[in-house]
Amino acid sequence: MAEFLAYLIAGLATGAIYALAAIGFTLVWQTSQMINFAQGEFVMLPAILILAAVKLAGLPVWAAAILGIAAFIALFGWGFKLVIVDPMIRHGVLPLAIATMALSIIMKEGAKDGFTAEAQRFPSLVPQETVSFLGISISLQHIAIIIVACLAIGTLQWFVTRTKTGRQMQASAQNPNVALILGIPVAQMVMLTFLINAALAALASILISPIYLAKFSNGEVIGLFAFIAAIVGGFNQVRGALAGGLIVGVIDSLAAAYISTSYRLAVPLVLLVVIILIKPEGLFGRKEERGV
Amino acid sequence: MKQSILALGIAATAALALPAAAQERIKLVNVVELSGAGATAGTNWKNGIDLAVADINARGGILGRQIEIVHYDTQTNPGNTRAAVQRAIDEGTYAVLGPVFSGPIGASMQIAQRAEIAQIVGGEAAGLTRQGNQYLFRTSLSQSAAMPKIAAYLKNTVKASSVAVVWVNNDFGKGGRDAILPELQKAGIRVAADISTEQGQADFAADAIKVKNANADAVFVYLNEEESARFLRAAKQQGVDKPMVGETTLLGAKVIELAGDAANGVRGHVGLSIDAPVPAFQEFGRKFQARFNYASDHNGLKGYMAVAMIKWATEKQKKFDKKGLADTLRGATITPAEEPGIMITTKVETNGDLDRESYLAEVENGKQIIKATLPMINP
Repeated sequence: MAEFLAYLIAGLATGAIYALAAIGFTLVWQTSQMINFAQGEFVMLPAILILAAVKLAGLPVWAAAILGIAAFIALFGWGFKLVIVDPMIRHGVLPLAIATMALSIIMKEGAKDGFTAEAQRFPSLVPQETVSFLGISISLQHIAIIIVACLAIGTLQWFVTRTKTGRQMQASAQNPNVALILGIPVAQMVMLTFLINAALAALASILISPIYLAKFSNGEVIGLFAFIAAIVGGFNQVRGALAGGLIVGVIDSLAAAYISTSYRLAVPLVLLVVIILIKPEGLFGRKEERGV
Repeated sequence: MKQSILALGIAATAALALPAAAQERIKLVNVVELSGAGATAGTNWKNGIDLAVADINARGGILGRQIEIVHYDTQTNPGNTRAAVQRAIDEGTYAVLGPVFSGPIGASMQIAQRAEIAQIVGGEAAGLTRQGNQYLFRTSLSQSAAMPKIAAYLKNTVKASSVAVVWVNNDFGKGGRDAILPELQKAGIRVAADISTEQGQADFAADAIKVKNANADAVFVYLNEEESARFLRAAKQQGVDKPMVGETTLLGAKVIELAGDAANGVRGHVGLSIDAPVPAFQEFGRKFQARFNYASDHNGLKGYMAVAMIKWATEKQKKFDKKGLADTLRGATITPAEEPGIMITTKVETNGDLDRESYLAEVENGKQIIKATLPMINP
């Protein structure tokens, strides 16, 4: 039992990261009806920018973190919407999806060529110590990831459902034309969504990079698992992305433990297929109908 | 008038001599992992080669000819490696340098063999030199030479009666696992857990929990650089407190840098180290640090030695003969007195394996400390 709990907690920690990235998929989907295939690279890049500010500009870590995160949110929140989404969306969803695929390659190769192809150590906010609980050793880093990610998602959920701006965001996502008639600044609400997505990706990057090490290729796995998590939980619900992330993280951890490390990637994919066949809207998603 | 003709003659001779001098360069192509899972090892190997080429060219080159070095990135992909080796041969390389990872070496070595060109590689998988390839040469000890030393170390120094083995599921890792298991059995050490991991794996929490629950006396870790660091960090996070023992890679400078505090206490056998009690290694380490602003691991040393092997064999045969280079290297013993770039007496076996002194080391306060020197197996 103790062993199972250890795998469960490790899986929840990884799943919390997937959830943060998966929420990015759902937010962008709700406001723009598009899938951002560069979402994994959105989680990879903030850590690289922070390290680049430390190593190339010689800044202290705290200053590099502020600068790196601010630069990332400006470039990949505000800039992403203005430079890629707005010009492409009028040509339909497919060109935009392809554009985000291209963006993911550019981000990955840019990080490799502009910084380094080698993995880099990333400072952790929490010591690499363990605490004992119910006979198992629990990593403080894992506890911190779970708490911070859940707090961030909880705050987001509160913001979206309990504040005026949040409700305006929801209205803009559900029916932008009606929202516009009601005087809601739809364009600003959509921009806010992209900024929140970038901020959540930066948070995920800071939480996961001390464990995975900062590397240009980190986005591949994170992006894939977050995408699976978003579909499993429900692409149109924040709480679905949270649940999906945690479920995928736990399944991945248990698969590595009880099946095989070699097949751990296949197990969440099997889950994905099952969900698509049985409940295509996701475990917590709502059905959507679209006119063609 | 005579002076004008003389001046014209000198100018014409100089103009003709310029392309001739350019042709006097000897081309070496390095096919290596500069991105992908092998980027850390490959970058060190490349930088070691660049340092060797700069040193040799500064001393007048090989038989009076300057070396022109070209690097091709394989992206740690066996298909790309095959293409790059073929391209290197088509472009007239004198010898092929690299790659470092055993899988891509295995996939590409037949190409250099068919062209009868020496390929000097950084791989350690035992199987590479068991295929009768007369053109493949290592720069590191083979797993079949290193693993008996590890088993003896686990038995006599660590006093382990059971060991958890953590290995990476690629040619390097599988070769290491296949080499260590019989040695552990011979030493009477029980394998408490046999844990396979994947190349490029990022999350090692589940593997660390498995190791902890195996409750073995020691853990033998045989992973590539980045994965070694991730595993050590995960093991520390899960409170694994048993001795971590490894072979060369686990104690490498890059692993220590990436793993941070989690690397302290790691111990094992190292084939090459800039911290070894060999003045030439330490001098290399200082030069490498000064040029690249970080500490070289064993792959940097291997890259440097690879070029030195080519220089030694070429000067031995007194000509640039591609096939003769391989013939000269096979069965040779190269000493630092003959070729300073080799840094330590190195015996090249007829199958391409190497024999030379190696070391037992431990990581203390973020630094690799050499504890003992082990002699050559067949001096």
